[in-house]
Amino acid sequence: MSGKDEAELSRLMRAAIAGDERAYADFLHRIAALVRGFARRKIVQGGVDPEDVVQETLLAIHVKRHTWRQDAPVLPWVYAIARFKLIDAFRRRGRRIEIDVDDIAETFAEPETETVSERDINRALDGLSPAQRSVVSAVSVEGRSIGETAAKFGISETAVRVSLHRGLAAIAKRFGQGRFGRE
Amino acid sequence: MRTDDLIKALDADATSKAMPLQSAWWLAAGAAAVIAAVVFLLTIGPRPDFMAAAHTMRFLSKFVFTIVLAVSAFALIRALSTPGASTGRAMVGMAAAPVLVAVAVVLELFMVPEALWGTKMVGSNMMICMAFIPLIGLGPLAIFLWMLRYGAPTRPVLAGAVAGLLAGGLAATFYAAHCFDDSPLFVATWYTIAIAALALLGALGGRFFVRW
Repeated sequence: MSGKDEAELSRLMRAAIAGDERAYADFLHRIAALVRGFARRKIVQGGVDPEDVVQETLLAIHVKRHTWRQDAPVLPWVYAIARFKLIDAFRRRGRRIEIDVDDIAETFAEPETETVSERDINRALDGLSPAQRSVVSAVSVEGRSIGETAAKFGISETAVRVSLHRGLAAIAKRFGQGRFGRE
Repeated sequence: MRTDDLIKALDADATSKAMPLQSAWWLAAGAAAVIAAVVFLLTIGPRPDFMAAAHTMRFLSKFVFTIVLAVSAFALIRALSTPGASTGRAMVGMAAAPVLVAVAVVLELFMVPEALWGTKMVGSNMMICMAFIPLIGLGPLAIFLWMLRYGAPTRPVLAGAVAGLLAGGLAATFYAAHCFDDSPLFVATWYTIAIAALALLGALGGRFFVRW
């Protein structure tokens, strides 16, 4: 099943990079489920919420998608990022864990569904400029399209896209530097 | 924010474009070479007898060492900045330059009388070597560290050190065209120290500057 998953996910990611939004949404949902399973199996004692790792990984995948070589398999790339973000999450909380770096079993992770609680990403969102925060919230939490968001704030679609892009990059950067609150 | 909501935002940003990392690395290498060349030509420049020296084995061997170092470090840093890329072969490749230097040192010890070993090693230029290899390499190192930020190195300290080795190999290639000390004994000592300084600086840069 892993080989078939791999081929399908690589195909979706290539389509996404070529500009196919539907393929990208499909790719991200599948990756979220796989990374959730991975994070839940790796986080055996508390302190780190697996869903925070899922969200950080998705953001990193998004802002670093130009680092994926389109002729290489996509899952090793995804899991390398997920592992890095997981270790980062533990490090921020001041504990050390052992990760089996070549754990091939994670490619067979069963998709899992999300649990809801207070998220690190909300704290990161709070650090954005007001304009970026309202655009990111409108597109994500309120589920508006780019056009609807532009109409809501009375700005151009280009301005919405720029704010969204910069806002997401800023959140990813805050995650990378571990600057988003929770002590 | 729920993960499904985050995915909506990421999806809406799907059309934003960034240059593929592998292409960006080639641009960065070109820019770094240009900066190193400009600094080199504006400061010390090539030695006056460059054309004559180019016919001697010892002079040419310096370029073999430094270019092999730069090429192997370039291959490794491109792999290190890509999550999940295998680095094994590129790591092994990093041994090429040290092995070549070691072989040249052994040959030199056979060819040069023992009484001259010290003179050959100390040379006449070691302070200039130790100052100008790092100086020429500083601009390239900054570019390579910036590229690591653009990439996604899962081992940032190691990647930073390799950025220093790459900058060092590049800088030493230019410096070698200036330096009159062609003995492998000199190269193995002072070039190594100067390049190691850049690698150390790169590792620090990787630790504190390369976050993602």
